[in-house]
Amino acid sequence: MSDVPVLIRGGRVVDPSRRLDQTLDVLLRDGFVAAVAEKIAPPKGAEIVDAAGLVVAPGFVDLHVHLREPGFEQKETIATGTAAAAAGGFTAVCAMANTDPVADDAPTVAFVVRRARETGRVRVHPIGAISKGLKGEELAEIGSMKAEGIVAVSDDGKGVQNAGLMRRAMEYAGMFDLPVVIHAEDSGLAMGGVMNEGWVSTRLGLAGQPAAAESVMVARDVQIAALASARLHVAHVSTRASLEAIRGARRHGVDVTCEATPHHLALTDEEVARSGYDTRFKMNPPLRSEVDRLALVAALADGTIDCVATDHAPHHADEKALEFADAPFGVIGLETALPVLVEALLSPKHLSLMRLVEVLSTAPARLFGLPYGTLAEGAHGDVVLFSTTRSTHVTPDGFHSKARNSPWVTRTLKGRVERTWVAGREVFSRGPGGAKP
Amino acid sequence: MKRATARMAQEIVESQGGTEGIVLIGIRTRGVPLARRVAEEFERLENARIPVGVLDITLYRDDLTTIAASPVLKRTEISFPVEGKTVVLCDDVLFTGRTVRAAIDAVLDFGRPRRILLSVLVDRGRREFPIEAQFVGRRVATSASEIVQVTYRETDGEDDVWLLDREASLHPVNGPRKPRAVRPSRRAGAKKGKRRP
Amino acid sequence: MSRRPDLPPNTPADRSHVFSKKDLVDIESISEDDIRLVLDTAESMREINQRAIKKVPTLRGKLVANLFFESSTRTRFSFEIAERRLSADSIAFSDAGSSVSKGETLLDTAKNLMAMAPDAIVLRHPCSGAPHRLARELPCAIVNAGDGTHEHPTQALLDALTIRRAKGRLAGLKVAICGDVAHSRVARSNLGLLSKMGAAVTLCGPRTLLPPEIERTGALVTTRIEEALDEADVVMILRVQKERGGGAGYPSDREYYDVFGLTPDRRRLAKKDAIVMHPGPMNRGVEIDSAVADGPDSVILEQVENGVAVRMAVLYLLIGASGDE
Repeated sequence: MSDVPVLIRGGRVVDPSRRLDQTLDVLLRDGFVAAVAEKIAPPKGAEIVDAAGLVVAPGFVDLHVHLREPGFEQKETIATGTAAAAAGGFTAVCAMANTDPVADDAPTVAFVVRRARETGRVRVHPIGAISKGLKGEELAEIGSMKAEGIVAVSDDGKGVQNAGLMRRAMEYAGMFDLPVVIHAEDSGLAMGGVMNEGWVSTRLGLAGQPAAAESVMVARDVQIAALASARLHVAHVSTRASLEAIRGARRHGVDVTCEATPHHLALTDEEVARSGYDTRFKMNPPLRSEVDRLALVAALADGTIDCVATDHAPHHADEKALEFADAPFGVIGLETALPVLVEALLSPKHLSLMRLVEVLSTAPARLFGLPYGTLAEGAHGDVVLFSTTRSTHVTPDGFHSKARNSPWVTRTLKGRVERTWVAGREVFSRGPGGAKP
Repeated sequence: MKRATARMAQEIVESQGGTEGIVLIGIRTRGVPLARRVAEEFERLENARIPVGVLDITLYRDDLTTIAASPVLKRTEISFPVEGKTVVLCDDVLFTGRTVRAAIDAVLDFGRPRRILLSVLVDRGRREFPIEAQFVGRRVATSASEIVQVTYRETDGEDDVWLLDREASLHPVNGPRKPRAVRPSRRAGAKKGKRRP
Repeated sequence: MSRRPDLPPNTPADRSHVFSKKDLVDIESISEDDIRLVLDTAESMREINQRAIKKVPTLRGKLVANLFFESSTRTRFSFEIAERRLSADSIAFSDAGSSVSKGETLLDTAKNLMAMAPDAIVLRHPCSGAPHRLARELPCAIVNAGDGTHEHPTQALLDALTIRRAKGRLAGLKVAICGDVAHSRVARSNLGLLSKMGAAVTLCGPRTLLPPEIERTGALVTTRIEEALDEADVVMILRVQKERGGGAGYPSDREYYDVFGLTPDRRRLAKKDAIVMHPGPMNRGVEIDSAVADGPDSVILEQVENGVAVRMAVLYLLIGASGDE
């Protein structure tokens, strides 16, 4: 519930849910969008926000973050993770289940929901595990978790190796109308690879996982989805071959959607070499070749890839300070998602502004059936105000996340989130004195 | 230079009572031609074939901790025993004495000679160590800023001794020092020359 | 008497080429001139190793720390001998006895060592890229004694010295490198160095043991050893190990010997005066026949001898001089 009406004035309103791109005022009242029109008269006591030169969009929705609570609070908590989300313009995030304990039953999911209500700065929707303990053997208690509010199931962090289990999971989750989110990785082909297998891994003497380790699983799971008449969502797609498998499956009527991360859209495995084995470029799936990256960019533009999700994966600095082979996989991404997309895709005109906003808010919300991603009257008052011309200079001290493991540290990126509102209340403002509100 | 070399060879033979037990070691780089010439003189005078060795003292230098980059190593070739021998070290110029000190240490790592003697073409004074040459071609008084450079017919085309002024170098402070002859006044080696007052 | 107002001839330049880096972490980042400098310096170091007193005072007072996180006798011994011949103080820090077994990170171990102000750290580590991190973080010279499956630069340098001494040159030689190329840091470093110096390299091994996209290095690649050996000047055999990281690349030692082993018959496919090399330790009867390993063309023992000279040269070039001038 908001306290004070907010009038966001004179910004470029981009609302993909209505294909709207126009300079308009937006009025938020009582937690909802009250009006979107030209020259709205400010109600009494309203806070007036000058949005001239800025973009007003529905708050971003991230389908794939790791909030690490319960169990890994040294890396991140729901409080700090959602603060990072707010600073990145995200008003809703979906939290993956690879916590400790794993979110594979109702009490753990209920804990996450409660903690989010108490400490979360933005909306948190939990994702439940597919298998107990993420072991890939037995189904988790999907039905009870649904009652506690999960919006999808996933063993993310690991791939489900057993095809029989995947089929049962798809059939079972389908009963509860839950999409199955797959982390596509064949452990036999990946074989302990710590980066993409290819020329760079050969030069650096690092074990690589081939692109096929991902695409064989995508190919397998789209066929299982066809068999089970299920809804499938491919997390962090990173290879051209995976995209081809997805396109092929769609032609046969399989209900498969997918997401890509900002780092896979912008970077390649050469970064590992260029940086001298810097673990800020180590994540799973790994950064791939330029051929794969270009295929991802084209696929995001043409709709093959439905949305962007950050796979925000915080780790403690000590853990990432190990040798490349020993350090854990993962990079944070909530606070840099918008600038990376503006710098790498919008500025060079690979993506239109409408599409950019769509893949960050309207599309992800629609994929998981969440009531966000729109500025229609009566919608939730979740709004992001951002600039496509101002720059973000990424520094280790500038993060709201507890973690610093970002590939973008010391870079300057075009694009900057200015303010974020959830339910009509401001949760982030890049004030004159710096970002932390 | 020819006369000075011949004289020194003569002095060595006289002081040692012959060439028995003598070995010659030239200090790289410019002591080596001198050692070879002395050996030629020994052959002419005594019909004796005295072994000549080549010694690179880089690894024994005492200034490695003060210079920035490790100097290029050349080969040391001492293929004869020094045990019990009279080692005559040969160098072109005797200056601070540090090079000879390093050479003495190097020779001792090859064995225990009976004695070590030193023969130089030019003794320019300004010693920093208590080292002396028993056989000297010519003594020349120099200032700290001067450089004495010996050239040989076999390596440089001409036997000569140069006296150069280091300060007159045109190179900037940060560049490598390359001495430039400004007022060449030369020590006579092989040819008749002016005596420096 | 001629007057010559310009530079007197042959002013001895004490330093022509200077080693271009503070560390030796890999072959990839050093130049042809660097390589030549190391080999030439090593020739001089070889002479010291022939003397009665195999010692010079050059690194007296300098401290070299040998950090070996992988077991190794020959490389460690070789470095220790090199350090002692140059009169350096040498301390060894191996995995077993140090705080690493208690879970201390490499960087912490190295930083603790820095408190004792070593002039150089020689590092062997199972993770590729470990010496690069240390080189970035620490002020002393880092010498890579083998990092994961990435590089082993001093091995390549001693191999190059061995080849150069036997053949008089490196450029234009045909070199065959055979074995588990994918897991071999020796192969990578040798490939890099020989290519830089103008040799033609052919890599050979079972397909399962050849790294992805290795043809991009410019080397010829074959899975038939007969093809690799054809008219080779240098035959370099690598150790194979069935249990290496995650699934064997070949079914048995017996089969490996049958298909890829360097037998006397296969040896004859190379040039008559070809030399046979192996970085050691050898699996006799697997990758190489004893008759060839102990035969007249084998320079395996010389490789070891040259190893000390090369490591002396590297240490001298990196930490011999230490002032700022």
